[in-house]
Amino acid sequence: MNEKLRSASPRTYITVWATLMLLLLLTFGTAYVNLGPFNTVVALVIALVKALLIILFFMHVRYSSRLTWIFAGAGFIWLIIMLGLTMNDYLTRNLAGFPGW
Amino acid sequence: MLEPQPIVAHQFDDLAQQREADHLGMWLFLVTEVMFFGVLFTAYTLYRATSPHAFAAASRHLNVTLGTINTAVLLCSSLSMAFAVHAAEQGHRRRLMQCLLLTAGLGLLFLGIKAVEYYEEYREQLVPALNFTTGEPHADKIQLFFVLYFTMTGLHALHLTIGIGLVTLLLILAWRGRLTDEHHIPVDLIGLYWHFVDIVWVFVYPLLYLIDRRH
Repeated sequence: MNEKLRSASPRTYITVWATLMLLLLLTFGTAYVNLGPFNTVVALVIALVKALLIILFFMHVRYSSRLTWIFAGAGFIWLIIMLGLTMNDYLTRNLAGFPGW
Repeated sequence: MLEPQPIVAHQFDDLAQQREADHLGMWLFLVTEVMFFGVLFTAYTLYRATSPHAFAAASRHLNVTLGTINTAVLLCSSLSMAFAVHAAEQGHRRRLMQCLLLTAGLGLLFLGIKAVEYYEEYREQLVPALNFTTGEPHADKIQLFFVLYFTMTGLHALHLTIGIGLVTLLLILAWRGRLTDEHHIPVDLIGLYWHFVDIVWVFVYPLLYLIDRRH
C-alpha cells in the first residue's frame, strides 16, 4: 500500500481551510440577522459542516479504511443517543402530567 | 542507545497494519472524548431548552469579537497541523519543525486571548462562585449559563494546553531526528487530537457566543 496516496495534498488543505474561514464569517454574519428560531438551526448546520470538513480532510477519514469510518461515526451515534434520550425524557415530562423539575 | 528502534513492532505483520492499529486506538480515545464533552453539551442543551431567554441574555455578555478571532486562530492552527503531518509524511524535517512551531504558537495565542476574555468577565463580575452578581431577571439561570461557559471553555483550554505540550514533544522528537518519513505515527496521532480539540471549539463558539446577537 502506498502511504503517500493516503493523504490529501496541500492544495486540498488550503481549500478546506479557506472554506472553514468563509463558514466562520457566515455563521458570525447570520447571527446578527433575525431568522427567528432558524438562527440556531443555521448556526448548528454550519458547525456540523465545519466539523465534517475537518474530520474528512484534516483528520484524513476520507482517505481511511471503513473501520476508521465506523470508529469516527460511533462517537456521533452515542452522542445522539445521549442527547436524544435525555431530551426525550425532560421535554415530555409535562406532557405526561408528571410534576416538572 | 543510538541503535535505531525496529520500525514495526513484533505483533504486527507490516507497517500499514501497525499504522492502522495506532490510528484506530487514537480514534477510540477520541470517541471517549466525544462522550466527555458530550455530557456538557447535553447539559447545555437541556438548560438552554428550558431557559432560552436567560441563556440569550447571558450570551450577550460574552466578547463575540475575541471569540470569533479565537475561532479563526484555531482553524489556522489546524491548517498548520495538517501541513505538519504532510511534511512528516514527506520526510521534510525542517518544514515539519516550522509547522509544529507555528501550531504551538497559534495554540498559545488562543490561550492568551482566552485569558483576556476571562479577565474581562472577572471584571464584569460574571464568574460564578467567585464574584457573580447581576441585576438582570433570571439571575440564577444566567449564572447557570456561566457555570457551563467556564466549564466548557475551561476544559477546552485544558485540552489545548495538553495539545501544546504534545506538539512541543513532537518538536523535540523532530529536532533529534526521531521522526522520519517511515516513522511519523506520533505526528499523525497528535494531529488527530489537535483537530478534535478544534472541532469541540467549532461547536462551543456558536452555542455560547452567538445565541442571540440580533438586538
